[in-house]
Parts: sequence; C-alpha cells; structure tokens
Amino acid sequence: MQIEFAVNDKKVTVEAGIDELLADTLRDYGMLSIRKGCDTSCCGLCTVWLDGKPILSCSVLSFRANGKSITTIEGVQREAEEFAKILAAEGADQCGFCSPGFIMTVLAMKNELKNPSDEEIRHYLTGNLCRCTGYMGHLRAVKKYLGVV
Amino acid sequence: MNIVGKGISKVDGIAIATGKPVYTDDLVMSNALVVKILRSPYAFARIKSIDISKAEKLEGVECILTYKDVPNIRFTSAGQSYPEPSPYDRLILDEIVRYVGDEVAVIAAVDEKTALKAMKLIKAEYEIFEPVLNFEEAEGHKTIVHPEEDLHCNFDIGMKKDKNIVSSQKVEIGDVEEELKKCHVVVEETCYTQAQAHAMMETYRAFSYLDHTGRLVVVSSTQIPFHVRRKLSRALQLPSGKIRVIKPRIGGGFGGKQTAVAEIFPAIVTLKTGMPAKIVYERKETFYCSNSRHAMRLKVRLGADREGYIRAIDIQGLSDTGAYGEHASTVFAVAGSKTLPLYNKTKAVRFMGNVVYTNKMPAGALRGYGATQGTFALESAVNKLAEELKMDPAEIRLKNLIKEGETCLTFDGNLLGSSSLHSCIEKGKALIGWNEKYPRREAGSNKVRAVGMAVTMQGSGIAGIDTASAEVRLNDDGNFTLLIGATDMGTGCDTILAQMAAEVLEVSMESIIVNAADTDVSPYDPGSYASSTTYVTGMAVVNAAEELKKQIMRNGARLLEVSPEEVEYDGKNVRTIEGDKAISLEKLAELLVLGAGKLQLVGNATYASPVSPPPFVAGFAEVEVDKETGKVELLDYVAVVDCGTVINPNLARIQVEGGIVQGIGMAMFEDVRYDERGNLQTNSFMQYKIPCRKDIGNITVAFEESFEPTGPFGAKSIGEVVINTPSPAIAHAVYNAVGVRITSLPVTPEKVFMGMRKAGV
Amino acid sequence: MFTILDLVQPDTIEEAYRVLTGGNGTILGGCAFLRLGSQKIGAAIDLSKLNLNYIKEQDDYIEIGAMATFRDIETSPILNLYFNGVLPKSVGNIIGVQFRSIVTAGATVYSKYGFSDLITALLSLDTEVELHNGGRMPLDVFLNKSNEKDILTGIFIKKNKRMAVYQNLRNSASDYAILNVAVSNINDQWLIVVGARPQRAEIAQKASEALSKGVNIENIEHVSNMAAEELSFGTNLRGSAEYRKAMCRVLVKRAITEVLQCR
Repeated sequence: MQIEFAVNDKKVTVEAGIDELLADTLRDYGMLSIRKGCDTSCCGLCTVWLDGKPILSCSVLSFRANGKSITTIEGVQREAEEFAKILAAEGADQCGFCSPGFIMTVLAMKNELKNPSDEEIRHYLTGNLCRCTGYMGHLRAVKKYLGVV
Repeated sequence: MNIVGKGISKVDGIAIATGKPVYTDDLVMSNALVVKILRSPYAFARIKSIDISKAEKLEGVECILTYKDVPNIRFTSAGQSYPEPSPYDRLILDEIVRYVGDEVAVIAAVDEKTALKAMKLIKAEYEIFEPVLNFEEAEGHKTIVHPEEDLHCNFDIGMKKDKNIVSSQKVEIGDVEEELKKCHVVVEETCYTQAQAHAMMETYRAFSYLDHTGRLVVVSSTQIPFHVRRKLSRALQLPSGKIRVIKPRIGGGFGGKQTAVAEIFPAIVTLKTGMPAKIVYERKETFYCSNSRHAMRLKVRLGADREGYIRAIDIQGLSDTGAYGEHASTVFAVAGSKTLPLYNKTKAVRFMGNVVYTNKMPAGALRGYGATQGTFALESAVNKLAEELKMDPAEIRLKNLIKEGETCLTFDGNLLGSSSLHSCIEKGKALIGWNEKYPRREAGSNKVRAVGMAVTMQGSGIAGIDTASAEVRLNDDGNFTLLIGATDMGTGCDTILAQMAAEVLEVSMESIIVNAADTDVSPYDPGSYASSTTYVTGMAVVNAAEELKKQIMRNGARLLEVSPEEVEYDGKNVRTIEGDKAISLEKLAELLVLGAGKLQLVGNATYASPVSPPPFVAGFAEVEVDKETGKVELLDYVAVVDCGTVINPNLARIQVEGGIVQGIGMAMFEDVRYDERGNLQTNSFMQYKIPCRKDIGNITVAFEESFEPTGPFGAKSIGEVVINTPSPAIAHAVYNAVGVRITSLPVTPEKVFMGMRKAGV
Repeated sequence: MFTILDLVQPDTIEEAYRVLTGGNGTILGGCAFLRLGSQKIGAAIDLSKLNLNYIKEQDDYIEIGAMATFRDIETSPILNLYFNGVLPKSVGNIIGVQFRSIVTAGATVYSKYGFSDLITALLSLDTEVELHNGGRMPLDVFLNKSNEKDILTGIFIKKNKRMAVYQNLRNSASDYAILNVAVSNINDQWLIVVGARPQRAEIAQKASEALSKGVNIENIEHVSNMAAEELSFGTNLRGSAEYRKAMCRVLVKRAITEVLQCR
C-alpha cells in the first residue's frame, strides 16, 4: 500500500506492505540511523519521533504513520551534534550503536521536561538500553547539556 | 606528556553518535542476497533426511545448502593465535546437530521474506538422541557430544572426548593437602557462575562479495579479522591470500565477536553463487546461537595460619563449554592463572579440573574470560575466611596480597612489575566509607544497609603469544597514517593508539590518520581481546613511531647536510641544535616523497611481550536489603583501578563504569535458564535482563596509577579486569546485611529471601 | 514473522464489528507485541478513525478510550488527581516512555495479560468495561467470562473518593513484576487485588471482606495472610509459587498500611 507521510519535514510517499514495520520502512527509505537492537520492543535503539513524541519504530506498523510526521536523527543533526559533542567529551559515545535512539529520547526529554532531577532523567531515558557505558557517562553528559550541573 | 593522559574525544565519536551509516549493515550493497539459517529444534540429533526441493523452487531463492554441500574439513571458529588451543570440532554444516539452534541449512534469497518462506518449505527429519544438558553430569555420560573421529587438536589440551572432556588441567605447586592440614583455619566454598550473555547492542552480521580480482571480501562486525580470514580459508578450502576481511565501525563485542560466528554463511553463499550475500543475526539468534560466558562450578579451599596468612589455595573447577570448544581450555586456565597469584604468602597452590561438552550453545570469550568466574569463587572464599579469622576483609587482603616487586608461586620466579592494589584498597575504603559502614547498619522500616568488597587481577595480552604489528607512514603532505590491525569496538583504541603515535611524533591528533582492521592493509594484529590492545599493540605503535621519528631526524639531517647527532626535532621542524638551519616537517615529507629524497618514510614494529602485567581493581559495594522481600538495592559502587598509566582518562573511566555495570548485571539480574529439552528460555531482552538505568545507583571510579615499565608510557590494560569485582563484592554485602551467603549467581530477591527463611531470620 | 493480508480502517464501530465477526478479522491495538508472534492476520482492523484515544472526565465516570496509551494514562492530569494517582503509578515504570506511547489500555485489558500492572490497579477501583456487542459490565466479570469476539471500546471508572495504592516487586526495574498488588478503600470498604501471580489479577474476596469488617494492626497481618491463602500462585522464570505467596503477604500488608496513611 501507499503511505504518505513527512520524514524530517519532507513529504514522502513510499510503498510498504500492510504488515511492514516503520523501522524497516524508514531504513529502506534511507534513514540508516535506525537500528533494530532486539525483537521484543525492549531496547529503544529504534526510537524516532511520531508527531514529535518518541516511539519505538520497530513496534509501529508503517501505515499508522500515514498523514503523520516522523523525525529521525537525520532530521535534527544540528541539535544531535550539539549533544553528541558533550557525549563524546565524556567518552560516553563508545560503540555508538545505541546513540541515535538515545539521543532522540534525550532531545525529546529536553522538549518535554523543565529542569528534570537525576531521578526524572533516569526515568525518562530508561527505555534506552546501553551495554557499553554503564549509563553514568550518559547522565553526566545529559546534565551538562541541560545546563543542570 | 601532551596528548597521552588527556581525555581526548574519540575520533569517530560524532559520526557514530549522530547515526552516520558506518556499520556493517549500512555498507552492504543493495543487491546482496539475504542469508537465513534453518536451525535444529533438538539439542542432540542426526539429520536423517533433508528435502530442500520445494524450497529451492520458490521464486527468489538463489541457493540452499545442507551438510551435503559443504567441505568436510573440521575447523575451529575461535579467535585465537595459530596454532589454536581449540579443538577443530566444527563443520560449516554437520549431519549431527549438537544444540538447539545448531545450523542445519543455509538459505539465500533476494529478500528476508522469501528466505523465511523458503525455510518453512524445507523438510528435515531427525533421529533424536538424548542430550546431555547438565554439565555436572556430562563427564562419562552415555551421550557423547563429539563422537566423530576426525576431531583434531593442535596440541594436547587434555581432551578425553569419549568422556565429553574437552580439556583436563592441573597446576600444582607445593603440596596443597599437606599445607591445608597445617593451617589453623580452613574454609571451603563452592560457587556457581552462570553463562552470561554479551548482549552487545549490534548483533552478529557480515556480508561478502567477490571483488574485481575474484577475491572473497568479507565485511564483518568482528573483533578478529585475521583469525576470521584463517578460519574461512580452512573451512572453505580457499587460500588465505584470496580472502580479505574488513571490520568497519561495530556496535560492541565484549568477546562475543572473538569467535567467528556468522561470516562463514554469506561467504559460502558468495562462493557458490558469485553474488554478494549478507547475514544479520536477530537478537534471539544472538542469545541462543552464538556464544556465552562459560558457566562454571568452582570449589575453593583456603587455609590460613594463626596470624591470618593464607598458606594454601586449592581451586577445583568444572567448566561448561557447550557444544563446541572454541575457548574451552584457555578460559578455564585463566580462572586459575588470574586468581592464584593474588595471595602470595601461600606455600602451596593448586588449580585443577575439567571442561566438558554439553548439548547447549557453545561458550566462548566474554570479558574477564575465566578470571570473572575465578574471582567470584576465590573472593567469596576470602571473605568467608576473613569472618572465620575475625579479621576485617580489607585487612586480610592488605596482609596477603602480592605487592610490586614480589613474586608468587605461579610466577615462576618473575617479579610483579607494577601494582598499586594496596593503595586502591585504602582509597576504595575511604570512598565508600568502609570504616563507618562495615559490616552493616539498620536503615529503618525493615531495611538494612551493608558493604562488601572484592579485589581482582587480569592480564594485559597473552604473554609470549599475542603479537601485534604497527606501521606509521609519513605522507607527502606532512601528515601521518597509522596502520593497525587492532579492532575498535567502541572502546576507542583507534583514538588512544593515535594518541600514543601523536605523543611520540610530537604532533597533534589531527595529523594522524588511523586506518585499521583490514587484512589487506593492516599489519597483523590478533584483534582486540585479552586486554591486549593498549599494552601489546600500543607498544608496537610506540616502537613504530619511535623508529619513524629516528628516520625523520636522520633524513632531515641528510637534507640539511649535517650529521644526525647535530639535529633535534620538535614535531614541526628538524633543525640543527645550533639553530642555524631547519626544515619543516611538511617540506621534509614533500622532498622525500616527491622530490629528490626518493624515500617515503615508514616506521614499523612488531611487539610481543614475554609478560602479561596484571591490572588490578579493588571493588566495594553498598547495598540496602529489604528484609521482608529479599530485594537488594545497590546504593553505591566504588571501583579503584590500577591500569598503570591512564592513557585517556575519559575513555578509561567509561571502561570501568561499563564493566562494573556488566558485572552488576551478572551479579544481580542476568539469569540464564534452559528447559528440560535444551531450549534457552532467556533468549530475549524481555527475559534476559541486562541492567537498565534505574538498576544502577551511584558508581564512583578512581585511578591509582602505577607505572608498568614494560608498557607504553607505563600503561597496562583495563578492558576486562573491570567486570570481575561486582559479583563477589555484592554477594559479600548481602551476606553482611542479612547473613545469607549466595554462592550461585545471580543474587536474586528470592534467593536472599529463601536464604533468610531457611536460616530462620 | 506475522503477516497481514488486508487492512480495514472503518469509520464506525459497527463496521469494525462486522468485519471482526465476518471472517478472519483481528482488531489491532498498539501492536507492540505483534512482532513477537507469527500470527497470520486476514483482515486487520485499525480503529484509528474512531478517535478512541481519549481520557475524559464525565459527571459520574472517568472514561478511558480503548486506544488511550499507557503514556496518556501516566501523564493524564485527571488520572493523577483521582484515586491517589494509582493508575499512572501502575503503568509509569513499564519499559520506557517510547514503549508506553504505543501500548493501549484497551488491548491490554482485552488481552487479560497475567503480567499486567494496569489490570491489577483497575480491579481495585470501581471499573467497568464497555464492549460493543456485550455492553457494559464490571471489569472482574469481563475478566472471568469466556472470550467472545468483541471490541472493547472504553474503560469506565466510577468517580468517587476511593483511595488506592499500587505495590509491586520486580528484580530489574525494566522487568515484568514478580508480583503486583493494588489495595483500595472507600468508606471502610476495602478491595485487595493481586496480579502477576503469574496468573492474571484477581480480587481476594474473603480477605477484602474481612478487612472491611475493621482495621487494626493484627487484622492487617491476618488479612494479608488470608489473601495469600485465598489466591493461587504459580512458578515461572521470575519466581516460585512459594516466593510469590510469601510476597503476597508482604505487599498486601504494605499496600493496606499505605492506604491508611493517605486517608
């Protein structure tokens, strides 16, 4: 079926199976930042924004994006780089495989929460797993980024 | 030092963090065939018949292979130096399948949907055998996992395969039983560690194609490109020179990718079809069809005299290597070799036991590589001994641990080159508040807080075996190319090796181009495992850069028409010491490469160390236990690390934090369960719980730098040692809290609760 | 791998029901778990056009539309205000915000999941569900009746002064609960609910009645034991029946104590 949606502010029309998942559709379209890290909707690597809200693209049927707006990290490169620089300065970029999904959640959190506490930051980001960093470097970077240190 | 010792950002950091397409599955050509594997549903069976006719006819299917279509040469998938201490016990596809998930057929089609559809059309019939699943029953079990006659060992690892024993080992110095008899106190503890999963975020994947000269090129998410090339060569019966293996950016490894798991399948499809092919393991496959940590049972006996000196250590072990023995003998050996040296007041030590085959997913290399299991057992026993002796657990360690310049029974007269472990313990005690908190304090409303500790050592590379080469080239524009075979899996070794080269050559990081992990281009490197990259490859890089610097000065002198003794170099110019003549690095490079100089300068070096200097960690845990539920909350974890000189403080700190959290996962959350038919039940992130952000309290990391004379800038290693302390430290803290000694990992609320109930608490 | 042959996006609930009962029709919820299985769906029925993703405050009821997500529940000002915020608390820790933005209340309740935290909390309130064909019925009646093809359109919670507390025991914070409990009180009438046993949430009727007769220190202990005796527990990867039973006592006791504290 045909799906019409906006990807990073660009109107896009693609052919997708009814049972196709958004993560696959977006990757086929060229958004290679999107990865599937698990098969049980647990890891957060595939996080994108659907109408500005973070969701798991691996668990959304592509047709549900019809008429909606999708943002991937390719579409917020300036903000992503701003945070990525701070993340890299902590050494917390590591293998980078979880980073795009993680950064999309961080940027969404910045939009949604004002002056979050450590507890609130952990809570918002908990759906993004990481195996390399032990999470502490992430927290340091996020706090620096939010200007709350 | 200007660059070494600085927390420089990783050279690839921004690109990978912002989602640039630089990983294996981003680079594959769009017409690559998709490869899927039909896997055995049985733990132990023989394929009686396999009918692929219907599947082959499906449109879009290019190739289906069964055991009848592959070379009959056994090999090992191990990432180990040749000749591997690993049995050649695998075939690409075997008539006998040895665990649930073992490969039965390889399917290559134009897309995933077609491949999966074809898989359903394959009719396989099995003769089912009774599997041996319990590793404590494997030895002498009537089921023999590897009955084949053509299994080959490069040298004797103590295999008795008819008894399911892959390796039998014994290290004994002195008479352990005699010494134990003389001891004032003897404690015994039997510990079980689980088959932890790596759970790296990027699953196994690889693609292959034939290049413009007909050579097989494999791009893989691997830690071991050179070992992969060797495996493919043997398995496919293709000369090694016809194979090229490239590692791009990869999403973590932790040792899982120190086994060549998936490359063989697209590779053989490419050879058979001439087409590019790719395989991407699902998360489930990564859990149940790759490799895991070796589950072990370790019985420790410790004897101490009246003064509290540990005089005898006996460790008897049993290790479960699953269906194939890639890392069986070596992991087991490390459980002894990286524990016994710690306490060097001993008069006798012994480490012995067997590694057995079972019909479960093969075990392999996982960060810590046996030392993790050994540390849990030994440190749990030391903590038990401290209590028996009524000594503070830190005191007993300060009294008994090996110091810099000392030797121990298993060091064969060699001296410990560097250690600040005693300082690490003192600092760690202070950071966690040991004196105020040991052993426990009530915390109101049915909660109790307590602390526990453990220490550990690891190695830095494999002494006398790990050999790495490095090359530094001065380019025509005055920049340098650093060629290495080491495999950055996010750890940042591309960056720190460049830091070392830049330090030696006295230039900025921007002047160094790092080119890594391509078997056609890179100097030989075993790959990043065994904590060898900083120490072994690092030394090779330093030596290569030093050599190049000498050549720069020599040739600069030549161009200035003076003798080499008359010049100095500062990274920008070669100038006479008098100061009257100088030539810039750029000009020098230009003249040498393009002009009359006619000599492109290259520094290269090969390094292998006769020693493996141990890094050390002192780990301290503070827990709060809910006495009514047994739930353990980890409030604080302190790790004080001696890795020698810290090359990059930021990256080193993250290594510690990341390793600690993986250790916490092994200690508290990551449970591995099989059902009675050999199916892995914990085969997803839904069932196998790696720590999430909320599971971690505070982690404090500190470094106590020693100086290792044999290491680059005094460095040792850090990659593995950091995962070893959480399990024993947390178990110790739980014991101090509620008097329950958990000796079988992970420590779960139910185990704590049931332990309390049994003790009538 | 799951497959879907056809997609229907009806404009009315009647049309949706017609397709559902006509042949191989399946209602799509949030679809978070769809990819876990190998379902072969003939006609997938998407209810997006029916605008069921609301949380509304009416005179007598709070109405949660079937397509409202866990994230909607978590952040709803209405649900945070009533019943001591028990519903947001029950879902707020599940996996992550991205996951909760996909999972729907209707699909969870309709699927009668054993591990569900939301069902446990809903059962402790005066909750009814509305099925297109079956009509309105109390939640526990729905949970206990056999499954017939129908469409759950909304969840109705009586707006009253019921105070409710949700307790749970998990190993990793991102895991399913080993056990969950919800206890509520209104005018000295108590409800004790235990879920993830691992079976689905159930009201401990006898224990609830006993507690409603009067509350004191000994009684709380006694009632918690009653609940543990009255209900059945099972063993799975996350825990043994014996442990769950013991934890039932602890969590019920804690929940009752906490309810008393918020009066």
